[in-house]
Amino acid sequence: MRKDYNLEKRKYVVGGFLVVIALIYICRLFTLQITEDKYKDYADNNAFLKKTVYPSRGLIYDRNDSLVVFNQPAYDVMMIPRDVHDFDTIDFCNTLQITPATLRERLAAMRKSPSYSAYTPQTLLSHLSARDYGRLQEKLYRYPGFFIQKRILRQYNYNCSGNLLGNIREVSQADIDRDPYFEPGDYCGDLGIEKSYDACLRGVKGKEILIRDARGRIRGRYEDGAHDIAPVSGHDLRLSIDMGLQQYAESLMVNKIGAVVAIEPSTGEILCMVSSPTYDPTSLIGRERGKNYSALVNDPLKPLFDRALQGAYPPGSTFKPSQGLIFLQENIVTLGTSYPCARGFISGRLRVGCHGHGSPIALKPALQTSCNAYFCWGFKAMVDKRSKYGSSDKAFEVWKNHLVSMGYGYKLGVDLPHEGRGFIPNAKFYNKVYGEGHWSANTIISVSIGQGEILATPLQIANLCATIANRGWFITPHVVKQITDTVIDAQYRDRRIPTIDSHWYNDIAEGMRMAVTGGTCRKANLPGVEVAGKTGTAQNPHGRDHSAFIGFAPYNDPKIAVAVYVENAGFGATYGVPIGSLVIERYLNGHISPERKHIETQMLESNTIIYSGVKKH
Amino acid sequence: MSPYSSARAPRRGDSQGILRHLDWLTVILYFLLVTAGVISIYAASYDYDNASIFSFDEFSGKQITWVGLSFVLGLVLLLVDSRMYETYAYPIYIAMMALLVVTIFIAPDIKGSRSWLVLGSMSLQPAEFSKFATALALAKLFSTYGFNLNASPSNYVKALFIIFLPVVLILAQKETGSALVYMSLFFVLYREGMSGLILSAALLAVMIFVLAVKYTETMILGIPAGEFSVFCLLMVLMAGMLAVYVKDGVIARNVFLWFAGVSLAEWLLSLGGWQLQGYIFFGVSLGVAVGYCLFEMLRVKAAKLLVTAGVVVVSVGFLFSVGMVFNHMMPHQQKRIKVVLGIVDDPRGDSYNVNQSKIAIGSGGAAGKGFLKGTQTKLKYVPEQHTDFIFCTIGEEEGFVGTTAVILLFLMLILRVISLAERQPTVFGRVYAYCVASYFIFHFCINIGMVIGICPVIGIPLPFFSYGGSSLWGFTFLLFILLRLDASRASRLTR
Repeated sequence: MRKDYNLEKRKYVVGGFLVVIALIYICRLFTLQITEDKYKDYADNNAFLKKTVYPSRGLIYDRNDSLVVFNQPAYDVMMIPRDVHDFDTIDFCNTLQITPATLRERLAAMRKSPSYSAYTPQTLLSHLSARDYGRLQEKLYRYPGFFIQKRILRQYNYNCSGNLLGNIREVSQADIDRDPYFEPGDYCGDLGIEKSYDACLRGVKGKEILIRDARGRIRGRYEDGAHDIAPVSGHDLRLSIDMGLQQYAESLMVNKIGAVVAIEPSTGEILCMVSSPTYDPTSLIGRERGKNYSALVNDPLKPLFDRALQGAYPPGSTFKPSQGLIFLQENIVTLGTSYPCARGFISGRLRVGCHGHGSPIALKPALQTSCNAYFCWGFKAMVDKRSKYGSSDKAFEVWKNHLVSMGYGYKLGVDLPHEGRGFIPNAKFYNKVYGEGHWSANTIISVSIGQGEILATPLQIANLCATIANRGWFITPHVVKQITDTVIDAQYRDRRIPTIDSHWYNDIAEGMRMAVTGGTCRKANLPGVEVAGKTGTAQNPHGRDHSAFIGFAPYNDPKIAVAVYVENAGFGATYGVPIGSLVIERYLNGHISPERKHIETQMLESNTIIYSGVKKH
Repeated sequence: MSPYSSARAPRRGDSQGILRHLDWLTVILYFLLVTAGVISIYAASYDYDNASIFSFDEFSGKQITWVGLSFVLGLVLLLVDSRMYETYAYPIYIAMMALLVVTIFIAPDIKGSRSWLVLGSMSLQPAEFSKFATALALAKLFSTYGFNLNASPSNYVKALFIIFLPVVLILAQKETGSALVYMSLFFVLYREGMSGLILSAALLAVMIFVLAVKYTETMILGIPAGEFSVFCLLMVLMAGMLAVYVKDGVIARNVFLWFAGVSLAEWLLSLGGWQLQGYIFFGVSLGVAVGYCLFEMLRVKAAKLLVTAGVVVVSVGFLFSVGMVFNHMMPHQQKRIKVVLGIVDDPRGDSYNVNQSKIAIGSGGAAGKGFLKGTQTKLKYVPEQHTDFIFCTIGEEEGFVGTTAVILLFLMLILRVISLAERQPTVFGRVYAYCVASYFIFHFCINIGMVIGICPVIGIPLPFFSYGGSSLWGFTFLLFILLRLDASRASRLTR
């Protein structure tokens, strides 16, 4: 055979070609498989459907272990747009009992959402009823890309205290930016306890890793759930609130605007906290939430505004005990010091009115009769006492600091969101208003009787009452008594002691006791229970005076300190005292004595909203 | 067989002689590839819910049957007298062509292709078997006494007729991929004396096409970057051809200096913000060089100068006609080309397969996810994963280690076949062996290239791996006839 060595060399060309191609392929595979990481993620995104397993949200009990807030299941229809193929929309809509127009609307809204992604589960419809859920579940195999996400909704055993208990809502983009725990579609606490204890109640979400084939069908759990993360249930809460008392206080406040706050003095636990008008928290569950929420927002009586926490009211005469404490502490007065009251405080052309009682008058009777003049004279004596303080500025700062130590002027630190701080002016404030050196006690005399610039929240007012009941200390008021498997914050266990020596409190308490036995709050004089109290009637620019009351009982071993504030209801004695005393009686005795039933009836039936000037549509 | 005859060795048709002369390296590579293939098919068709290796409802179960039968087939092929293949080369070829013709008419339409003969529960694809028949016929042609490809154009016509007859028939069955395989036989023609210029020209044409189609966005010197690169390539090619092919140092130097000079001038001009437009610049520089070559021809009369000048002129013509050629393609062909060249991305359409296949392979990493642990393939994200895209399963489950091993196995097998080809004492044996090598090269390059996103999606199987009896048997025919021919080379030498 003829051998052509020139042609034989061509085997190197053919072989070389093959070797070069093989090398190119190996290099390509090297980049695909080793250099680039993205393909692993792509494959995982293809194969694994990471389904969130929502934990059961913590339950809420009241102080008597009665269940207040619990969970109910709800079902959301979710879709992963990428996996959805053409489907029978008519049948789909019929199954869910929605119109095709609604479906289109929902799809359009979903796509517009900033968190929209074709690759991750999107909520198409939320809160399916159990019946719709059942029907869809049966047909789900026909709709690849759709699945049903079980969720937890809240349900309430009491149709009251919407602001206190709060609610849950779907997280907003702002929530997601604030807290990395949240993902689109999650729920978070909104308002009240649900908000302030959200991190505690929500638990920890779990993950279930499902295997999904190319047609979007679920083929089982990845490695039998070995990589799943079980959800951790939220902590249960036990409130300090007595729901019976809370409901009772709310019923007394029906048709009134204002607040009732009751505190157990020895623990700082809030027994009831009513903001009136209130609303039913069940109205903010599920699909009706949006509609009902905007109705609440637009309500002229502003039910979403928590008056007990956020309301800034002139405390009026309920402020006087704090004044007495300051005067005694600062040696401005002694128990024997008397001031004249000529149906009021008269200093030059200034006159602050008062009502009929003996004159001159000492501290305790002044508290008993709520004498304005006494506290004006005392305040004037303190602020103008240059010999002691050097200037009115300095004297006023001392006065202000005492009040701040009693919890006024700043947030108390209650375990609820959106607490207000009230207002206690300082010398700088008046220097700005009147000019430095251009104001004296007379200029600002009304602050001594809790008027003028002074503003306080009903919670702060109740806290003062608790401080007096304790004879000199308080614990930051709080609504959560216990958290399962954990302890409440130390700030709700430690005493806070104002800058007033404790022995002065007995005298103030005695004055308040006298007000009940023979003064302005005689209506609070319960049979068999020693009550101490102080009325308040606050003038205000919004019409009729506000009616206020603080009181605690029993006198020697206080179990409850209460503050009542009813807007535009007139004298403290007309609404504040009856409501406050009924709350005390109900809490201590569990019932209202027959001879006081008429007071209860009167309160339940009265309406003071008519004086508020707010027209309800 | 009498004890006397078995004692005399070597003797054709003697099984002991065959075993002694069999190329065991090829046999081992064959077994390795077939075994790896069955395992891959098992992995690719593994179903989470009901897995069973020996069920004949499963692809892997059926494939094991095919493999068993192919071993029998291999043995039978080895037992046939090697001269029979040469003797009956043309009848086998004619019979196979007839079968291809019949197939066009009697095959049922399966996904638009009429290439499957259904015999009861079994279906066979004759196109897979016409490969070895064509190889035998081509080998027979070349082994004709005194045959020289370049002796007469009619020899080219004969060779091309043998190659293109099955191509036409398979195209008529609408199996474009299988038809294209026969193009690889140009390697055989090249080995047997066809000018290398033809292969180079084909390569050049592909390069010009890709550059011109792909890089149309950026502009350099006012012309598309693709065309700019083609012109630069032609400059280098022309100077190179003059130096290496024409072997005229003076002309090569002059042309090189001319190109270098004008390029430098253009560059300096461009620094001053003043430059010749691309077409004018390249028209002048290439035109002058071509003119110079033609002028030199008057002096040296070298036909190779004409070829060089011709290559440049034809290439420029081709470049300008690419747009026209491309626009005359079917839209789906245009799209496939664009997807492969990375011009368009279409994750749900044409590039879905390739995309998912890249994800499968890429997610395998260095060592793979482990046998039967591949999610892409198990969950059917890669279509045709047990046939044309079987390489994905290896990539996903065995990783870079697995893919490289498979590539190296193929590389070894094909290089071994080439070396077997070169040691054949007969032209028949050599040409046949080169046909085998060419088919393997084509299948290997196109299939793996397609799966890793380098080549267009052309549906041809990966030998020994892709599911299917026809493909496995087709390659078994090819390889074992070669082994039989090789085993008898000693007796041929002594003849």
